[in-house]
Amino acid sequence: MGKTIVEKIFSRAAGKEVISGEFVFTKVDLAMMHDITAPLAIKAMQEIGCKKVWDASKVVMVFDHQSPADSVQAAENQKMLRNFALEQGIIKYDVGEGIAHQIMVENHVLPGMLVVGADSHTCMYGALGAFATGVGSTDMGCVLALGKLWFKVPESFKFEVEGKLGKYVYGKDIILRIIKMVGANGANYKACIFSGSVVEELGMSDRFTMCNMAVEMGAKTGIVEPDKVTLKYLKELGRDYEGEILKSDEDAKFKVFELDVTGMEPQVAKPHSVENVVGVSEVEGIKVDQVFIGSCTNGRYEDLKIAAEILKGEKVSKKVRLIVIPASRKEYLKALKDGLIEIFLEAGAIVEHPCCGPCMGASFGLIASGEVSVSTSNRNFVGRQGSPKGMIYLVNPAVAAATALYGEITDPRKIK
Amino acid sequence: MLRGRAWKFGDNVSTDHIIPGRYYHLRSNIQELAKHAMEEVDPNFTKKVKPGDFIVAGRNFGCGSSREHAAIVLKLNGISAVIAKSFARIFYRNAINIGLPLLIADTDDIYDGDEIEVDLGGEIKNLSKGIKIKAKPLPDIMVKILQEGGLINYVKKYGDLVF
Repeated sequence: MGKTIVEKIFSRAAGKEVISGEFVFTKVDLAMMHDITAPLAIKAMQEIGCKKVWDASKVVMVFDHQSPADSVQAAENQKMLRNFALEQGIIKYDVGEGIAHQIMVENHVLPGMLVVGADSHTCMYGALGAFATGVGSTDMGCVLALGKLWFKVPESFKFEVEGKLGKYVYGKDIILRIIKMVGANGANYKACIFSGSVVEELGMSDRFTMCNMAVEMGAKTGIVEPDKVTLKYLKELGRDYEGEILKSDEDAKFKVFELDVTGMEPQVAKPHSVENVVGVSEVEGIKVDQVFIGSCTNGRYEDLKIAAEILKGEKVSKKVRLIVIPASRKEYLKALKDGLIEIFLEAGAIVEHPCCGPCMGASFGLIASGEVSVSTSNRNFVGRQGSPKGMIYLVNPAVAAATALYGEITDPRKIK
Repeated sequence: MLRGRAWKFGDNVSTDHIIPGRYYHLRSNIQELAKHAMEEVDPNFTKKVKPGDFIVAGRNFGCGSSREHAAIVLKLNGISAVIAKSFARIFYRNAINIGLPLLIADTDDIYDGDEIEVDLGGEIKNLSKGIKIKAKPLPDIMVKILQEGGLINYVKKYGDLVF
């Protein structure tokens, strides 16, 4: 029996052959924590009795959730974290650098790595052919102290995506459709490998979007096996990868799901569950108060470009607040140099610095009771973006931009 | 053996239901944060719940964020175990790691207000209904971590020499 990429990554990390279902206590290659989860992780590390992290060059701390500090308490928290970072010599990205997950894929993650992050959307890095998964703060405390953690090597689901994507249909729509297909916990504890001719054609931005949302069906991670698109992405970032490329064997064991995306319309996840997915035509016309284009899911240059092409020369509806947040400083600069930021500002959008923004539901850009938010982010749970009486619809950047123009949920295929 | 009242919830109870992000400014005062546990679903939950009680739910309990505060606030409210048809995996890890026991079982025959008795080895007695329900036994590693009161104590005792 052959091995999945997941079994291969765990075997390499553990230094012995392991298969799905086995428990291992193994070393990790990288660890990420952010301003919300780091304090508890540091506390856990100290409670273990550890004074120095296991390897400062493998620990990344990012300030992205309350960025810059939105309260005195956040400021005190960040002061403590800065001191910790300095004293330990770990890698730190301070306020304004971007969302942790985007920073990790731009600067640190490589194919074949085993990465943990104290944030559920860490699974995004799997788009680079790594195994990356979210853990809690006590887990992270254990990692900081030992550089190791307990895992159950997960079984793998393989999603074979075939057909042809229509206009204004993207990775976001594919993943929403997949979540609808398997349900919000349909992939619980599984590794989800995305493959097929459609995924092969997708750029890294769309692949990140898909892997990012694997957790929304309960998965431990999302993965796209490394190929020429992966290597080109790394090369363009000046991070040429010439190491071993781990891929699943042909006779490896998967549960296979097939999806034909031909004719699929843009997808929308309705309140209050990510599995509550319909085609945009079923929700057209719903009045909207706020549109958010950003997040680790859809805040990259490619996403902003899709939105800007729709907003160019137009004005955002007076009934709507449009908030645009690039995912990192790098993505922001690309958008700026390409004139996208000017398009957003002239259309009447608010453009914020790189951070989690309204997706976090606590820092800024919150919605009131009875308000409707249309968002390119990843979660529409009750209270996620502010009032528990607010409603959140998750969409791709084209639907978000078209919706901002008309003040109601709008199918981008029907404008212009 | 654990005994207490069942507080019954449905499917897909998320970490945002358990403790909404808008209270995260309270996170350095965890006792205060704990007063808001489950208020999205039942605003008076923390006033009514008693030490030793259970949370009983449907599928995918704890979906969403990796924020460990969700498991911590339940433990601080005296919840002795969470029983659900299934759990989201990060919540599952977090709960075990902080020493909050979890059981996977068919919860259809447990109703809100039922008095239940739980053996973490895998048996639930619904005393109000006079029935027994089998639960899936926890993997050994998790039983060991729970026995030590969580991952921190476990690592302190055994380091990484566990497999």
